[in-house]
Amino acid sequence: MGNKVKLRVWRGDAGKGDLVDYEVESNEGEVVLDVLHRLQATQAGDLAVRWNCKAGKCGSCSMEINGRPRLGCMTRMSLFEPDETITVTPMRTFPVIRDLVTDVSFNFEKARQIPSFTPDPSIGLGEFRMQQVDVQRSQEFRKCIECFLCQNVCHVIRDHEENMPAYAGPRFLMRIAELEMHPADTADRREIAQDDFGLGMCNITKCCTEVCPENIHITDNALIPLKERVVSRKYDPLVWLGDKITRRVHQDTQKVPGKSSGHGAARSDSRAKPGRGRHQR
Amino acid sequence: MTEPSVTDTEIERLPFDVVVIGAGGSGLRAAIEARQAGKRTAIISKSLFGKAHTVMAEGGCAAAMGNVNPNDNWMVHFRDTMRGGKFLNNWRMAELHAKEAPDRVYELEAWGAVFDRTKEGKISQRNFGGHEYPRLAHVGDRTGLEMIRTLQQKVVAMQQQDAIDLGDPEAMIKVYAETTITRLIKDGERVAGAFGYVRQTGRFVVFDAPAVVLATGGIGKTFKVTSNSWEYTGDGHALALLAGAKLLNMEFVQFHPTHMVWPLSVRGLLVTESVRGDGGVLRNSQGERFMFNYVPDVFRDKYAETEEEADRWYSDPDHNRRPPELLPRDEVARANNAEVKAGRGSPHGGVFLDIASRLPAEEILRRLPSMYHQFKELADVDITKEPMEVGPAQHYVMGGVEVDPDTGESCVPGLFAAGEVSGGMHGSNRLGGNSLSDLLVFGRRAGLGAAEYVARIGAKRPTPSEGEIAAARAEALAPFERTVGENPYTVHSQVQETMFSLVGIIRTEAEIKQALAELAKLRERAAVVRAEGGPAYNPGWHLALDLRNIMLIAECVAQAALERRESRGGHTREDCPGMNPQWRKVNLMLSLDGDKVALTRQPMLPMRPDLLGLFERSELKKYYTEEELPPAGEEKV
Ligand SMILES: Cc1cc2nc3c(=O)[nH]c(=O)nc-3n(C[C@H](O)[C@H](O)[C@H](O)COP(=O)(O)OP(=O)(O)OC[C@H]3O[C@@H](n4cnc5c(N)ncnc54)[C@H](O)[C@@H]3O)c2cc1C
Ligand code: SF4
Ligand code: SF4
Ligand code: FES
Repeated sequence: MGNKVKLRVWRGDAGKGDLVDYEVESNEGEVVLDVLHRLQATQAGDLAVRWNCKAGKCGSCSMEINGRPRLGCMTRMSLFEPDETITVTPMRTFPVIRDLVTDVSFNFEKARQIPSFTPDPSIGLGEFRMQQVDVQRSQEFRKCIECFLCQNVCHVIRDHEENMPAYAGPRFLMRIAELEMHPADTADRREIAQDDFGLGMCNITKCCTEVCPENIHITDNALIPLKERVVSRKYDPLVWLGDKITRRVHQDTQKVPGKSSGHGAARSDSRAKPGRGRHQR
Repeated sequence: MTEPSVTDTEIERLPFDVVVIGAGGSGLRAAIEARQAGKRTAIISKSLFGKAHTVMAEGGCAAAMGNVNPNDNWMVHFRDTMRGGKFLNNWRMAELHAKEAPDRVYELEAWGAVFDRTKEGKISQRNFGGHEYPRLAHVGDRTGLEMIRTLQQKVVAMQQQDAIDLGDPEAMIKVYAETTITRLIKDGERVAGAFGYVRQTGRFVVFDAPAVVLATGGIGKTFKVTSNSWEYTGDGHALALLAGAKLLNMEFVQFHPTHMVWPLSVRGLLVTESVRGDGGVLRNSQGERFMFNYVPDVFRDKYAETEEEADRWYSDPDHNRRPPELLPRDEVARANNAEVKAGRGSPHGGVFLDIASRLPAEEILRRLPSMYHQFKELADVDITKEPMEVGPAQHYVMGGVEVDPDTGESCVPGLFAAGEVSGGMHGSNRLGGNSLSDLLVFGRRAGLGAAEYVARIGAKRPTPSEGEIAAARAEALAPFERTVGENPYTVHSQVQETMFSLVGIIRTEAEIKQALAELAKLRERAAVVRAEGGPAYNPGWHLALDLRNIMLIAECVAQAALERRESRGGHTREDCPGMNPQWRKVNLMLSLDGDKVALTRQPMLPMRPDLLGLFERSELKKYYTEEELPPAGEEKV
């Protein structure tokens, strides 16, 4: 039943690495992750690849397949020609740990800088009243499985690690938009979106939207509206006052400080800084 | 960069008050509570932060908030839970769960969860199997993702506060992602810490802590066809056994009735029960809606007898009985299995689940977006136009660590457990949606229990045994030191095959005995598997270490399954059909005696009279022995 497929997989670590050719069996209906698992079980027991749910729900198995950022568990083998060599490489924007596994701690650090959900403290347990239409937008953004493929593809930081400190990337600019659009949130993150998280650097190329496995309209529904809100705050305070007068504290919320000791210090000593140790191609 | 070598002797020591092993719903909820009680808390997880298995939960979280049907309350939820578990549940846990679940859900909302809404703007609730009223708080069909993201973001919010107050976000609560615990370390009788390795580097760490909360989830990777992810190798169950704790109810393994069966690559991928909750029906190859033929006597008066009545129930649940597709999971799984065995299955060995003919396409897309996506992308099936092919797969384990219901503490001082790794709450069968709520209720209680324990022992803190640490290190390095030995992947797949075919949905004495014999042989092979490559991010090595746990748990399940000579919930013995009230009074307890699994029987604590009074005597008679029943006539009406 199975036929052989040609696979070219990047193997190596932060120091060095190379593309290695393999021939692996593949059966009808399989996805790239299945074939990588078979490779692991039969020829390369130590092949490092992250995965968890194998159902497109956890966002662990992000990789680049023939140069395109994808989830390994949602990329069917039938997408490729039978004799095509399929090249599998780690996400390029993040430093390699080993083989297909990259250090994505940049993302967890950004997440920690964004001021959290801030409801009106006088609202008691179970007393939130929100209409479905009003939560729909935040819900769309909360479909995010944190695969970081959008972060990986965004040209502001792909091959531009110098931009990483001042730029949160689409996933986290979208998180700001999600909170700003949450009907029960009272903070105002518009100024920091622009000044600390680099919203201005995004020039709405939509590459992020194109790779999002959850089909979230990151650019149209999150980034552009957030840009509009930032502009309206700058030039016409009355617009935003009117918009949020009932709840919003008329004060800009500050970026959260914190020593950036990294995420999971058990490995902090060995962790390459974002950008360092990026694999060469 | 210098790679740490295998022989790197240095072991990093990390002192904490409370160490939570697991970053799923129960682990995160426990850690949040321990931190809120002022304890310095570590969260450890095999995968990245936010990826734990809870993320896969689809349908919802059961809590009797009564937002959709105001008749709902904790007593109704309690009754449903006990019925679902066939009265083998730890009734105190079922009581706490039913009472506290609503506040736990509301709490999530205050932390930023965005549930689907009712017209009045409240949290919406949906129907699910075994629940009398619409009860599951949900977000489309990605409720687990919402839960884990919310808890993750709550941890981050607490870290942000600590950054402001203490100058360090990780001063009080810290996440150790991609770190695996392989042994609990003790000081005499008490727990004193946990030993593990960091996946990224292969380095060893010891968490020094007087209290450890196990929140490691389930055992799915013991079976061939499962909806569970790679993380589910029964680690917490095994760690508890090895540390001297007891497991109960391990024979009760839930086989959820609807999973994808084709293509093979996705066999076992869950098809959420919401499909049935929202109107989907099961049919065989002859187009017959067969569930009407499988309503067991104990449920006869609660389920519709005709298609017309069943269909009326969706719009008028107060005057009609529920469709039989919404029977508890064990019943539906057995029915699916029976239809396939009788030759009325679908082309790929399942049955048909039809939503296409029941709801308009837009409605299906709105209510079941990820199901649509899943079938479209992975099987080229458009569920708005054609039926799905589905079959049962291992899904959940009811059995787990025996704990005190109120505090989550096991019989080992300082060792706590919550979530899927703990046992008792769900009896012989879990109702859908009762796990997510269980994680919140008992995660919180275990976190609190651990914090109170740490406060109670004060300065009398344990010191981890150096001997045990050295032994744990040697055990972890062993797969690298063998020059001969098998590949762990091969042994693992044979264990899974053995368990699924011989100790699966339908069991017999002869087959279980055969399984035990095969497991004994496999155990010898597992003990000498070999890892190739180095210690840094090496999945072959990781699996070699997980195998110990998988083997131990497989044996527990098989032994308990052999012992229980009746059929109840997630344990069906073809050679001992039907429930036996004598067996309802018994829990099967597993512990380690040297390196052997030992099984004992333990009588169940009789239910508190006020809780017993919530049921009609006529219902209790179906489950209880005559002596256990309240005297006739005294019954509350
Ligand atoms: C597909 C699917 C759908 C489901 N849908 C629903 C639903 O709709 N409603 C419902 O109520 N229930 C549902 N369930 C069940 C429910 O999701 C699980 O029972 C629940 O999420 C388990 O949560 P947990 O906190 O116990 O463990 P998990 O969320 O699985 O977390 C376990 C954690 O422990 C860590 N861990 C494990 N071993 C180790 C170790 N040795 N060292 C360090 N860390 C370790 C893991 O990395 C992980 O972080 C579903 C289950 C599946 C599989
Ligand atoms: S739209 Fe903006 S965020 Fe998205 S890829 Fe383009 S520049 Fe990056
Ligand atoms: S927005 Fe989409 S692409 Fe980006 S991390 Fe989330 S799911 Fe992935
Ligand atoms: S393994 Fe979870 S998204 Fe691929």
